[in-house]
Amino acid sequence: MRYIEPHAHMVSRVTDDYAAMVTAGCRAVCEPAFWAGFDRSSSQGFYDYFCQLTDYEPRRAAQFGLPHYSWLCLNPKEAENMSLAKEVLAMIPSFLDRPNVLGIGEIGLNKNSRNEVTIFEKHVELAVRYNQMILVHTPHLEDKWKGTRLIVDMLKRNQGVDPARVIIDHVEEHTVDIVLDAGFWAGITLYPQSKCTPSRAIDMVEIYGAQRLWLNCACDWGHSDPLAVPKTAIEMKRRGHSEAAIDRLIYGNPLQFLSQNPKFIVV
Amino acid sequence: MDRSRITDLYFAEARSKLIDLAAFLDRIERSEGADDFRMKAFRAALHELGTPGPDKAKKILLALSDPTEEPAAQAGTKSASGAWAGR
Repeated sequence: MRYIEPHAHMVSRVTDDYAAMVTAGCRAVCEPAFWAGFDRSSSQGFYDYFCQLTDYEPRRAAQFGLPHYSWLCLNPKEAENMSLAKEVLAMIPSFLDRPNVLGIGEIGLNKNSRNEVTIFEKHVELAVRYNQMILVHTPHLEDKWKGTRLIVDMLKRNQGVDPARVIIDHVEEHTVDIVLDAGFWAGITLYPQSKCTPSRAIDMVEIYGAQRLWLNCACDWGHSDPLAVPKTAIEMKRRGHSEAAIDRLIYGNPLQFLSQNPKFIVV
Repeated sequence: MDRSRITDLYFAEARSKLIDLAAFLDRIERSEGADDFRMKAFRAALHELGTPGPDKAKKILLALSDPTEEPAAQAGTKSASGAWAGR
């Protein structure tokens, strides 16, 4: 088995997780910028975090022969602090030329507030201005349906956004069609409790087809499983999917999307 | 894959989850106090399980979702509760 883990917060994980992922067939890992579990006290905290994502963490992954890529942004959970958000937004362009940076993400909404909407739109404008791909986080639980509709509407209103270069992540049964019908890529996140289980993810693949879909574990400092993607592949096999279909979903699809950025190389 | 094969693969797991769900409701019934907005939404969503037809997962997710369309004035909190408080 081979797969690409397109969404994992490896700064929160131990080195044993890297070893397990590589042993399971992981060929590359991508790490979007994330909320630390607490609000950072200044933009300097983000500077250090972006250095970690673009310098230290790739070197840690390289110890296991694993290419590491990153996406940069301020997470919507910190978007209520508008002055901090604007300072961070101003800092991001200086990191975009770093060799492992794939684009802007994971931007999005959390509680669907006006400030979150404003900062989301500013991130999208930044991505368009610098011709960057976009990775979008959709809200949790009761806020997901509303947030997904707001996000899709905002992206569609921006004429500079190419839907083929945007992935909208954490879709579930009530949002996957909203994202795919609008022409965007959709990510299914495999979590033990919230988001999606392996069997539900495979249901969605069977109903909607595998085109413009990827699977990810989004492992972080909470309840999550860095091996969720290969475990879902095993579940697909149990359900009768072919090796080729599994390979297309967990390797070919993320490769197709991510390779739109020439920096993304998997050997 | 036919229904018999799907049943073979998932019946035991679904049976376990069904009993867990029943035990959770029993636990709630034994406890003191009234249902909050989460349990009210939960009980409303349960009706979807017994309704014939497709898309039960989608209908339950929608039953637990915020149906409004305008952005909120403020975030208020960072976390989600699993059910919309405004229903």
